[in-house]
Amino acid sequence: MAIASADTAIRSSSFSRVLIYLVLLLFALFYLLPFGIMLVNSLKPLEEITGGNMVSLPREWTIAPWLSAWSTAQIGVEPTGLRPYFINSIVMAVPAVALSTIVGALNGYVLTKWQFRGATLIFGLLLFSCFIPFQIVLIPMARILGILDIAGTTTGLILVHFVYGIGFTTLYFRNYYAAFPTELVRAAQIDGAGFFQIFWRIMLPSSGPIIAVSCIWQFTNIWNDFLFGASFASGGSAPMTVALNNLVNSSTGVREYNVHFAGAIMAAAPTLLVYIVAGRYFVRGLMAGSVKG
Amino acid sequence: MAATDAGQDTGVDFRTRLQNWLPKIVLAPSFAVMVIFVYGFIAFTVYLSFTDSRMLPSYEWVGWQNYDRLFRVREWDIAVKNLAIFASLYIVICTLIGLMLAIFLDQKIRGEGILRPIFLYPMALSFIVTGTAWKWFLDPAIGLENTMHLWGWESFTFNWIKDREMAIYTIVIAAVWQSSGFVMAMFLAGLRGIDNEILKAAQMDGASNWNLYRRIILPQLRPAFLSAFVILSHLAIKSYDLVIALTGGGPGNATALPATFMYSYTFTRNQMGIGASSAVIMLMTIAAIMVPYLYAELREKK
Amino acid sequence: MTILRKLQLSAAAVALSTTGVVAQEVEVLHWWTSGGEAAALNVLREDLAGSGIGWTDMPVAGGGGSDAMTVLRARVTAGDPPTAVQMLGFSIQDWAAEGALANLNDLAAEQNWDDVVPAALQRFSTYDGDWVAAPVNVHSTNWVWANTALMEELGIEQPGTWDEFVAAMQAAQDAGYTALAHGGQAWQDATIFDSMVMGVGGPEFYQAAMVDLDPEALGSAQMVEAFERMAVLRGFVDDNFSGRDWNLASAMVANGDALFQIMGDWAKGEFINAGQTAGEEFQCFRVPGTEGMVTFNSDQFAMFNVTDAAAMEAQTAMASAVMSPEFQVAFNTVKGSVPARTDISPEAFDACGQMGMAQLAEAAASGGLFGSMAHGHANNPSVQNAMYDVITAHFNGEYDAETAAQEMVTAVELAM
Repeated sequence: MAIASADTAIRSSSFSRVLIYLVLLLFALFYLLPFGIMLVNSLKPLEEITGGNMVSLPREWTIAPWLSAWSTAQIGVEPTGLRPYFINSIVMAVPAVALSTIVGALNGYVLTKWQFRGATLIFGLLLFSCFIPFQIVLIPMARILGILDIAGTTTGLILVHFVYGIGFTTLYFRNYYAAFPTELVRAAQIDGAGFFQIFWRIMLPSSGPIIAVSCIWQFTNIWNDFLFGASFASGGSAPMTVALNNLVNSSTGVREYNVHFAGAIMAAAPTLLVYIVAGRYFVRGLMAGSVKG
Repeated sequence: MAATDAGQDTGVDFRTRLQNWLPKIVLAPSFAVMVIFVYGFIAFTVYLSFTDSRMLPSYEWVGWQNYDRLFRVREWDIAVKNLAIFASLYIVICTLIGLMLAIFLDQKIRGEGILRPIFLYPMALSFIVTGTAWKWFLDPAIGLENTMHLWGWESFTFNWIKDREMAIYTIVIAAVWQSSGFVMAMFLAGLRGIDNEILKAAQMDGASNWNLYRRIILPQLRPAFLSAFVILSHLAIKSYDLVIALTGGGPGNATALPATFMYSYTFTRNQMGIGASSAVIMLMTIAAIMVPYLYAELREKK
Repeated sequence: MTILRKLQLSAAAVALSTTGVVAQEVEVLHWWTSGGEAAALNVLREDLAGSGIGWTDMPVAGGGGSDAMTVLRARVTAGDPPTAVQMLGFSIQDWAAEGALANLNDLAAEQNWDDVVPAALQRFSTYDGDWVAAPVNVHSTNWVWANTALMEELGIEQPGTWDEFVAAMQAAQDAGYTALAHGGQAWQDATIFDSMVMGVGGPEFYQAAMVDLDPEALGSAQMVEAFERMAVLRGFVDDNFSGRDWNLASAMVANGDALFQIMGDWAKGEFINAGQTAGEEFQCFRVPGTEGMVTFNSDQFAMFNVTDAAAMEAQTAMASAVMSPEFQVAFNTVKGSVPARTDISPEAFDACGQMGMAQLAEAAASGGLFGSMAHGHANNPSVQNAMYDVITAHFNGEYDAETAAQEMVTAVELAM
């Protein structure tokens, strides 16, 4: 099961190893390219962008666009930069990720270790819910949030993200727990451990990798969501993507591309960080979870 | 399964009975939420597709009129054809690249710790963020073509994004860029899960690398293939940001997809009825692909 | 000393209590989210702050306002509409028909809006005779933006007819320049198309085809000719036009890479941003064939029904502030557009702005002022977008002119 130390049984010649490295590096270049374009252009003055080649290196380096995007760029009528919206996104994403992960874990636990008649059907229905196109839920969702009196609040937004996240989190945890030895659960039961005790003492401690997968997946989706954020948050509580879109997408205004790119990188920073820091768990979690089932 | 039977005992106290009901109680909120927010909304959309809803939902029944119009609109044909091209290429290419990178990365590569996040990071970015960069990169006047010309390769041309016939392929490129790393991670996880003893035994028997992969490794990756297929087809059908950011559906309507069609009719054109009918068709397509798959997968496990 | 101190304290207390009473607030949904236009809107916010009214900003950019309209639907469905919403043309009428808009008649009567706002604009600001929206500006869309230096170099006079226009572009093309800077996005194609229809058939034809949607006019020989002119323009556009943002096309003219651009007056901001001055480094004139006529779009603040008295008061104050001459000047000089009221001195405006104001008044008086189809002021969004589909398909070479005119008839019929 260990990853880093797993020695592959495949042997290959040195020629093919060179080839493999070459291919891998080429692809690394391909993956880095758009990010590179963004980074390079965020460090140029605007004249250099509109006047010349957009992929070349800056002749004159500047960090002014970054400062502007962070704290002085016009987002709507107020020149606040992206800074205040950062907090909004965090306040929204953290509870939504936590909630959907906890519920997903409990669901996965029930669906694998406490199966009852119809459990598989319920799982199938939950899974299919991952495929609902978000555009069609907009209007009815607005109605329900209105009825619950949480329209335009962060609470409402958390609810929305939670609702459309549990399908995925349940899938991940169910597949992960399916591989977990049921005998251990039975043994604990005989010793008199209750439903939650077993979950808390036995299941959770070994769920590290899949919690990482679930959190990464949910965090990425929620952080990057635009449609729900724009529709269900009111002005002051709008998440980062809505602010970024407002910065980038002005229709008849002058476009400051360098500021746009700096803002875009900032908006992406938390998800990038999550991928880099938790990326190793990601493969490990997938290994035990969705691909093995 | 055994847990539910324990409740038959006549001497059970309240606590045990509660224990027996707990699993269902725990699952109930998710079930309720799903019934309302997913299947309720789907039912609502199906209903809307038979009404004359325009800017806001209306409850005037018009029968099949929206579907009739939908199939007469040329843009819908284009969108459906585009989805067929896009989804098949996207799924196949992502799977191939993902598999190849996973196999290569699995060869005890130095710097795997650096390469893996590089392959994976595009999944973390939304196209609101990367759209402009892609647009520039693909634009012949400022992007790749121009750069190649500056480097002295004068005859190089890459103007697909401006070409009605080819533009949809640029969407494929950007989409592959975004998700092939994720597929790679899934295959890598699958590869790492294969028992090395089997491979060693096969090598002892003199199997070539090629045969090793073809006969032993790839068949073992079957669950990874299926998971990749589900996730990729879900992403393909939902693709929306990508098209809006890269081409806005153009040149002309050459890169419209059903998701952009649906949004445009429902919200931009105030023809919510037609938008709903296109959503229903989309959902039916998804169901036609997913239900057999889910059925097979879930049955097998029992 | 103690008395003075007491006075100060009580003054402070009064100040505190008045700021405490600022329950008056407007929530404004709009898509003027960045740069100059957002700063211009800030003028309005400060106006209102001056009279103790708070401003909750709700900006949603994207899709030329269509994303904001999506959000609006969610808000109204949730029973929580904003106080005021930036809106274009037919959307105002649609929302008014739903009964969602407030009645501004009292304020309009008091401030005499009926007389200062051109009738063509009132057609959108009023519903069933009731004022429901306060117009902020008038953009006219049939402008040509030209590079002065390039015109001099090529020896081109300002073209007065279609043929001269074509000849000028031919000269630029022959000299190796891009004759017409254009971005291949549906709304930009349609912006040009408006001017072609107006130029070929004049006001009556524009009315019949684009506003009344008369199938005969839509399929007529004049429509075919309008499409043929589009094809001519297509020949003067560079190979790279597809998907280009309008402001990059403006930059081509400003940089001297291209001779003309056909675009609304918001393009002026790009030239000014490049340090240029109207009438000097760059020129503006009406698209040849459409002189004396103006196709326009007008941003308005539609006022939504609010229930409590404080909110209504704040809403009225906002509508009044929008219509104030000071705001109209402050906003429109930045935005490139012209004021929505005709009684404003053109002093503060630059050459193009003054020309625009004079021509707007002229066109309004002579009946040559028409809502732009491309910008949602000639017909409702479903028809507008159906026309987009045909226009952009033709411009990208999918149809010839005859087929395109026929497709217009079918597309409009399907969208009705």
